[in-house]
Amino acid sequence: MSALKRTPLYPLYEKHGAKTIDFGGWELPVQFSNIQKEHEAVRTKAGLFDVSHMGEVEVKGEDALAFVQKITTNDASKLAVDQAQYSIMCYPDGGTVDDLLVYKLADNHYLLVINAANIEKDYEWMRQHVQGKVTLRNISDETAQLALQGPLSEEVLQKLTDTNLSAIRFFHFKQDVNLAGVSGLVSRTGYTGEDGFEIYVKAQEAPILWKKILEAGAGDVLPCGLGARDTLRFEARLPLYGQELSQDISPIEAGLGFAVKVDKPMPFIGQEALKKQKEEGAPRRLVGIEMIERGIPRTHYPVYAGEERVGEVTTGTQSPTLKKNVGLALVKRQYSELGTELDVEIRGKRVKAKVVPTPFYKRPKA
Amino acid sequence: MSQVQSAFKYSKEHEWVEVLDEGRVRIGITHFAQEQLGDIVFVELPEEGAVVKADESMGTVESVKAVSDIYAPVSGEVVEVNRELEEGPETINSDAYGAGWMVIVKLSNPEELDALMTAEQYEAFSKEEE
Repeated sequence: MSALKRTPLYPLYEKHGAKTIDFGGWELPVQFSNIQKEHEAVRTKAGLFDVSHMGEVEVKGEDALAFVQKITTNDASKLAVDQAQYSIMCYPDGGTVDDLLVYKLADNHYLLVINAANIEKDYEWMRQHVQGKVTLRNISDETAQLALQGPLSEEVLQKLTDTNLSAIRFFHFKQDVNLAGVSGLVSRTGYTGEDGFEIYVKAQEAPILWKKILEAGAGDVLPCGLGARDTLRFEARLPLYGQELSQDISPIEAGLGFAVKVDKPMPFIGQEALKKQKEEGAPRRLVGIEMIERGIPRTHYPVYAGEERVGEVTTGTQSPTLKKNVGLALVKRQYSELGTELDVEIRGKRVKAKVVPTPFYKRPKA
Repeated sequence: MSQVQSAFKYSKEHEWVEVLDEGRVRIGITHFAQEQLGDIVFVELPEEGAVVKADESMGTVESVKAVSDIYAPVSGEVVEVNRELEEGPETINSDAYGAGWMVIVKLSNPEELDALMTAEQYEAFSKEEE
């Protein structure tokens, strides 16, 4: 059995008393203290996540934009330097290779941030489709990423730098920011539904930055693990590849049509299939469900309308913020209307639920 | 909070068994088990009158992230169920050996108790599982 991969911050986990698990081949903390406490910290103050397992691929060259446009569904030509966008890479049939962030670092220079579990697959896919003057570099191993998320994020991070963080707008970033001696790319992005930053640094500098942020936070910043990361992103209806997205689930089915620009100036892989789904409506839709009877919906639990099996739960839990048993389910389109009553099969028993609006949580307007 | 109750018996699936009178036992999950699970948000227990068989699942305990089976450490009939856990599943976290008890079972096969671990044996066993 091959050893699990570890991020540069692994030595610090033990110090914090973190409980680790095997997450797609990586030994990562599921919690440092308590999932509910960590979840609440991000919603009310701030939480710090080690997300160094994520992948980073550098795309450089005269034809960099054309290449990015070809393999992704969103329109990268709309990006200014120091701007990022959420995007998806699809197969020709519209199924998903991965969801990712596209950062424009400079003209002809992009950074693609991809899911940890898909790094090899994505990089191979990219290499397969390279054309023209493009160089790809998989810099995942040399790059670490920390995510500071929550309403106090800016206040805390500002203590470490002279760079005016309030000037960084949502989905924009600044490069070479000096954070208490550590140089990093600071982007106002995140996976929690709260305000916050994702910070990319050289792998060996991550432990120092982690410590500095916690010091600056002075008790207002909790280290957070994958458990809270999942419940937070779920409440905000952010997809997780492998659950809401997969080779068999298109971004249109997952409700991500805003990131699929079927009419963008350059053709992209999956365009025809996705255009058809947008025009005719996809056969399945991702909906929010709330349990009416006692039970917690979980990934892969079947969903029924009467005796007909109409789909399955992609993610489900007891929402720490709402204290309700809720889930996301991929169901046949005709059962996706709000208020539709469905049954979730929980360990052999059919338990009543209904279709409700999402996201389950939206952060209050500042 | 004691990690192990010296008078109880224990199963490999981290359940504890307290021998009561008249061939009845009280069952719950151990301190170690609740620690591994994290905050418990939901419990599903068998109904009164249900027949349970040793080493078979008799219910589930759920944390935010995961669902775990509760295995019957002994065979018999469920005669009492701790209904308080429906509204307050977190009691299992705070008092696993006391108020966090789950069911009382009338034994159909008392010899099964001999197959369970003593407190010392369980303590050694759970240290290895960590």
